[in-house]
Amino acid sequence: MTANGYNKEALSQIIGDFDARPEMLVQILQALTKRIGWVPEDAVRQLADELNLSRADVHGVVSFYHDFRTTPPGKHIVRICQAEACQAMGSRELTTHAEQMLGVPMHDSNDDVSLEPIYCLGNCACSPAVMIDQKTYGRVSTQRFDELVDALREGN
Amino acid sequence: MATKVFVPRETSAVSVGADNVAVAIAREAKKSGESIELVRNGSWGATWLEPMVEVDVGGVRIVYGNVSEDDVAGLFASGFLAGGEHAKRVGPLMEIPYLIKQDRWTFFRCGLIDPLSIDEFRKTQGFNAIEKAFEIGAEAVIESVTASGLRGRGGAGFPAGIKWRTAADTHSDQKYIACNADEGDSGTFSDRLLMEGDPLCLIEGMMIAGFAVGASKGYIYLRSEYPLTHSILERAIAKARESGWLGEDIQGSGFDFDIELHLGAGSYVCGEETAMLESLEGRRGVVRAKPPLPAISGLFGAPTVVNNVVTLASVPNIVNLGGARYASFGVERSKGTLAFQLAGNIKRGGMVEKAFGLTLRELIEDWGGGTASGRPVKAVQVGGPLGAYLPIEQLDTVLDYEAFSAIGAMIGHGGIVVFDDTVNMAEQARFAMEFCAIESCGKCTPCRIGSTRGVEVIDRMVADVDREANYDLLVELCNTMEDASLCAMGGMTPYPVRSVLKYFAEDFASPRGIEA
Repeated sequence: MTANGYNKEALSQIIGDFDARPEMLVQILQALTKRIGWVPEDAVRQLADELNLSRADVHGVVSFYHDFRTTPPGKHIVRICQAEACQAMGSRELTTHAEQMLGVPMHDSNDDVSLEPIYCLGNCACSPAVMIDQKTYGRVSTQRFDELVDALREGN
Repeated sequence: MATKVFVPRETSAVSVGADNVAVAIAREAKKSGESIELVRNGSWGATWLEPMVEVDVGGVRIVYGNVSEDDVAGLFASGFLAGGEHAKRVGPLMEIPYLIKQDRWTFFRCGLIDPLSIDEFRKTQGFNAIEKAFEIGAEAVIESVTASGLRGRGGAGFPAGIKWRTAADTHSDQKYIACNADEGDSGTFSDRLLMEGDPLCLIEGMMIAGFAVGASKGYIYLRSEYPLTHSILERAIAKARESGWLGEDIQGSGFDFDIELHLGAGSYVCGEETAMLESLEGRRGVVRAKPPLPAISGLFGAPTVVNNVVTLASVPNIVNLGGARYASFGVERSKGTLAFQLAGNIKRGGMVEKAFGLTLRELIEDWGGGTASGRPVKAVQVGGPLGAYLPIEQLDTVLDYEAFSAIGAMIGHGGIVVFDDTVNMAEQARFAMEFCAIESCGKCTPCRIGSTRGVEVIDRMVADVDREANYDLLVELCNTMEDASLCAMGGMTPYPVRSVLKYFAEDFASPRGIEA
């Protein structure tokens, strides 16, 4: 499974890693998301078949949790904490800055990046906090944000 | 002999560059031919000093604070391996008031040791409590936890001993321990500090709970926002298994216990215990009506003890030192210690484990040093997004569960978020409703619909449309949500809203708040 690439055999293998236990659905969806970044409609059908659940069951779980997307994300996911501790340290201003700098409104994506809210990274003594892909950053001033994004772009 | 140098592998420290500092220290040591042993410890919780590097100089740990990778060459040049002077030198660890004035009961090992070393854990009383539990028996363990007065540290404050007793007395072939590590409240990170700094302590606490109530399986439900914590817990569980402290017939005791680590998926309401159980069963995190209590019919219908991380991690020392010793800390019905977390606009943010009974002012001023911005404090939110906003007039309130409840507030999980005078409180009240609308599981109407209507009503008030009529409507809406919601999400969202109406009503007068 490469970027955006849903592959039936690979998903079967993930399901097998969790012994096809239906109660592991959230864990399986996390593993799939880690691998390809989103949950395609075909995956929902396959999960329902192989876990002996209804498609409504699987769809219900996918749509309930913020971590599961039904569209492919950008190459990188930038999440800015919107919760109170970060608000107290200027996360609203940082968010406005990020939308302008990345050219993407909150909740939206382009090929390079998805910009998403997140409610608390547990880094509340180093607010404002940002998560880029799976890494957490603290004390993120607008200047530090720009540096982090520049580093991301250079890495591309 | 190699000099021990400690650099935390902990989310906050790493978020401000600790990994780069560790790499730079290793590189510089090699370059200068110095022999060092680099230990990636947990954090002591003095987060404002992170990345906080310690050097063991003849048994005394010398602290260097806010170290960046660019400082490292200079530190070596200043002889920091011998505790040398440098602008970043703070002094001996045991002379830092922020740390030594605490009552470290649950977090005593956090920062001290390599969290993934079974050997160091054993050398600091690790697994002594489970061994003692095997000796004294399940009944005595439950008695000890009951005598300690320990209450659930997740926020609800339910007595742990009663919960354990209920699960122990319910007959079933299968019982479970479910550790709630879905620490979603803004301003809280003590669960994370514990899991990253002393994961084996949590494992031991879960084992003791399992032994006490007759459960052979434990689950940890960890929020997905904590990827570093996940990797540390995974390794700690694997190490415990390899060394025979998890699995079948633990250390020849005849007791079987194992732990399965589950990830959440970004839902706040899954921190509510019954929603968490649904999520552990692979479903939408929709809350269940109670009764039945989870201790009688919980995960997969089996008796389940659901406890927060800090609750479970407080147990080993209660078993080791006795419930009475724990109960000697604290006041009234709030016994023992709580890990208070200073967050938001605060100069010295971090975690302070302290016996109940001190005041909010002591924490914010003595420990926290006031705001980070240097401006006056305007409001303090205690207990996460469902907690009240308190004005400075309330800062002398004593930190105890009942004293907070008496002023319409709650201590919750101990998070304290400070705001300076630039905050517009109408905006914060709106956010409380908005957050509830985003995170509501949708099961009950007051929460699902009330939160959306709440945002609309506040918007009208701020826009000065029928302000008085809308004020009355908002109060009525708060009453309905509080009285008729199934769980704390809808039932307590009115707390922050009401507190803004009560203490900061003037902020509704203008969308620009204090600048008006």
